[in-house]
Amino acid sequence: MSPLATHRLDPQPGELLDRSRPLSFTFEGNPYTGFAGDSIASALAAAGVRVFSRSFKYHRPRGILTASHLDPGCTVQVGDEPNVRAAARGLAEGMAVHAQNAWPSLRLDVRAANGVVGRFLTAGFYYKTFMAPQRLWPAYERVLGTFAPGGRMSGAVDTLAEYDQRYAHPDVVVAGGGPAGMGAALAAAQAGAEVMLVEQEHELGGHLRWGGPAELVLLQDLRAAVAAAPGIEVLLDSVVVGRFDGNWLSIVQRDLPHVEERLIKARAAALVVAPGLVERPYVFAGNDLPGVMLGTAVRRLINLYAVRPGTQAVVLTANPEGDAGVADLQRAGVEVAAVLDARRGEDLRRALGRGGVTGVETADGRRVACDTVVTSIGWTAPTSLLNMAGDRPWYDPSAARFRPSDDLPEGVLAAGGISGDGTVEELVEHGRSVGAAAAAGHGAAGRPAALPVRAHPERFRASTHGIVDYSEDVSSKDIIAAAAEGYDSSELVKRYTTATMGPSQGKLETVNTVAVLAEATGRPIADLGTTVWRPPYAPISLGALAGRVHEPVRHSPMQPWHEAHGAAQLIAGAWIRPDHYGDPQAEARGVREAVGIIDVTPLGKLDLRGPDVPKLLNLVYVNKWSKLAEGSVRYGVMCAEDGVVMDDGVTGRLGSERYLMSTTSSGAATVWEHLENWLQTEHPDWQVHVTPLTTYYASINVAGPRSRELLARVTEGIDLSPEAFPYMRVRTGRIAGVDECLMWRIGFTGELSYELHVPASYGLQAWEALLSVGADLGCAAFGVEAQRILRLEKGHLIVGQDTDGLTRAYDAALGPMVKLDKDDFVGRPELFWQEQLGEQTRLVALQPVDGTIVPAEASQIVRRNAIVGRITSSRMSPTLGRSVCLGYVEVGLAEPGTVVTVLLPDGRRIAAAVQPQLAHVDPEGERLRA
Amino acid sequence: MFQIPCPHCGLRNVAEFRHAGERRPRPDPRTATPEQWRSYLYTYDNHADWTRETWYHRLGCRRYIGVERHTVTNEIRPVS
Repeated sequence: MSPLATHRLDPQPGELLDRSRPLSFTFEGNPYTGFAGDSIASALAAAGVRVFSRSFKYHRPRGILTASHLDPGCTVQVGDEPNVRAAARGLAEGMAVHAQNAWPSLRLDVRAANGVVGRFLTAGFYYKTFMAPQRLWPAYERVLGTFAPGGRMSGAVDTLAEYDQRYAHPDVVVAGGGPAGMGAALAAAQAGAEVMLVEQEHELGGHLRWGGPAELVLLQDLRAAVAAAPGIEVLLDSVVVGRFDGNWLSIVQRDLPHVEERLIKARAAALVVAPGLVERPYVFAGNDLPGVMLGTAVRRLINLYAVRPGTQAVVLTANPEGDAGVADLQRAGVEVAAVLDARRGEDLRRALGRGGVTGVETADGRRVACDTVVTSIGWTAPTSLLNMAGDRPWYDPSAARFRPSDDLPEGVLAAGGISGDGTVEELVEHGRSVGAAAAAGHGAAGRPAALPVRAHPERFRASTHGIVDYSEDVSSKDIIAAAAEGYDSSELVKRYTTATMGPSQGKLETVNTVAVLAEATGRPIADLGTTVWRPPYAPISLGALAGRVHEPVRHSPMQPWHEAHGAAQLIAGAWIRPDHYGDPQAEARGVREAVGIIDVTPLGKLDLRGPDVPKLLNLVYVNKWSKLAEGSVRYGVMCAEDGVVMDDGVTGRLGSERYLMSTTSSGAATVWEHLENWLQTEHPDWQVHVTPLTTYYASINVAGPRSRELLARVTEGIDLSPEAFPYMRVRTGRIAGVDECLMWRIGFTGELSYELHVPASYGLQAWEALLSVGADLGCAAFGVEAQRILRLEKGHLIVGQDTDGLTRAYDAALGPMVKLDKDDFVGRPELFWQEQLGEQTRLVALQPVDGTIVPAEASQIVRRNAIVGRITSSRMSPTLGRSVCLGYVEVGLAEPGTVVTVLLPDGRRIAAAVQPQLAHVDPEGERLRA
Repeated sequence: MFQIPCPHCGLRNVAEFRHAGERRPRPDPRTATPEQWRSYLYTYDNHADWTRETWYHRLGCRRYIGVERHTVTNEIRPVS
């Protein structure tokens, strides 16, 4: 325990502490106590802790600067959670808090040696030093990485469950719960609007909370009115992090009972931006020493947390809030050794000390001993949300700050301190008029005028140089150096020095950066302007963004059976499918030797009706469809307009004007949109109606030499004899007691097989019936993996597996399908030219000479060191007892018998022979047509 | 996220739609030269201005609709 544990004051009127609830926690392994209501930082400050972290680049000791969310020196590790803002996070029992960037210890940071050679770490140092030679960058990166800021994560991934998402449609969102924000919410709610009042801190009130007795009375009245008002939803410990087109807002909410954070996506009719003002640090030598604080930090520590910020203070003040800080310090028993009034031209020169402040040197050369230096030198309007809405702030020298413009975009309003200055009553009143306008949906015309500003000294830097960006360790010298090197605009200096790129995203740093740049370039601040603020407004966790996923999951009606029978699940797009039931090789053998059934429900199925269906089929498929007889099915290939293979499947004619198109499982949605596109935009005169039936039917493929025998036992009203129901035909009938089932005789697996489409609600019944009546035939379920083995043995390609975004029909050995004598079809011109010029590569079947080796998919086929092809599919074939592949080779290597070299991922090179045809098994198709 | 007024469904989030690209006539596939065809496939005007586009309301009426959008501000107006 620190010997200075006497910094806790007697109870203060506005304090947040519950002194009946002491909390124990540790910092750097040492035990501390605080109270419920403390922030981590306030509890440590009460115990006399002054150094919280080491700075990013120079590893200088850092303490409390703002005592708010923005505090750059108060980022800590809490247990497994990195980058916790200690001045904002509420203290909890048992927290294990550690400093970040302080290896090996906070007290002795060996990397602080950087500070000694600091002149080498000036602006652009990394760019200049580590970029060449480029081959050394990986080595540089490794070394620099150990110096990089940030905490540690365990890498556990189960925390995603702790994040939530919500959609909201409020009329008015008020960003900021200070006097103006509360006034705006109240007025909007009175006008009947549904209001979301979002406050970043743990309670409403803003700066009223550290005001005097009159402010505290007003605070209680406003809070009571907000609590009583119908239609105001108050979100505390929450922040509007982004504003996008159409007032689409992202809000991150914390302080929830069951989840860490919730991302709210809100579409608001009006956004009222009321964040108040952020106090701006002052640039002078030693301005980052522990003990140098802003006036608001001192007022927060004393009034909210009953913490005495130090024992002896020197104050530099330029405004009434700074004067109030002096009064607070005196009330808290701090000896105010000197007050320097910037309005009278008084100034600091530097803060003295090494690990913390020991005194100051004033502009007129006096030295004053103290352990605390307080500056109240000006304000920054955090206009980020307004900038995200397209507004560009303008510099008002009389107020010494940038201000929102007068013509904010429609639906976006600014209230309170961001707009101008006023008494607390005037701020509330401004909020009320803005809130009323927001609820009334006033455009620019009905918008209340901005508040006037009071005169404020324009002071940014003392005669010495100091830190401008505390998070990034950028000094005013760096900015001047950057300007001298030609980086003389706000945006360039930001990128070159990284000033304003830290966690507070410029709210503390931007205006000082611009002011120093103005000094260096001799241009006015107004001409330079600020950098553009983009989302997020405040740092947010990746968990909040990843959050809960609202994507639906699809599974077939047979899923309960699959689960009960130990199916390994395969996630295929939105679908969950059985990959296998334990032994895919045995499942494949069962199909070749007897009969198996597979759940192919995800297969896309589109009902096409109307007199012009053949025209549509002729347009979207590369082959011909005019003469498809009723009861017949045909395999078709679709290409896109660039000739690239897009999808394949069979389409059957069920009636004179009724067809059923099947697509690949993954292409179901795409093909449907594709058909609608052609019908709606190019051929609205064609009479075709497309209805997706993918989930209307449960689909089962029955495959194997005994499949006819099996189906004979469950089928009524369909003659299954090979003469009556040959290959590539479709029939409708009753299967397993279910009427209006479809049965196609097709064969992706290369076996005699039938694809059944059963109304979905009867899918499980049909599935179980097939297994039950086929038990003595050896009927068993097989999964996607066995189907992939079987189709690869047969040499049937899978679009997307054996084709990619550059594979045109001739590459994929689909040339014979392409009917260039059709006047038009999608992709025809490209395929016509490809046919004329000849393809560069071709899909072939390959067998490794050593049949025990299964080359990994995507293995390269090489000639010496040149890539001349690739393996797209490979498996061990249970039928042949050897490995089999499909792959692409340059056409010169496509001759059957050519032996090519396959480069395995482990670097080995093996030989593989090109096969005479794509099918490894039953190239004549006798099994298929049995 | 901007919104698109769907003529069938009303004002909806753009995430409900798929951008189907600038509206351009398809060249005659029998007579188009490779230059014309590839210009149709790959060359977009991409003006920083009002553009005529097709959007597909995939999570709504599933109709392809014509839209005029300003590519800088995402303002939408009906196809004139």
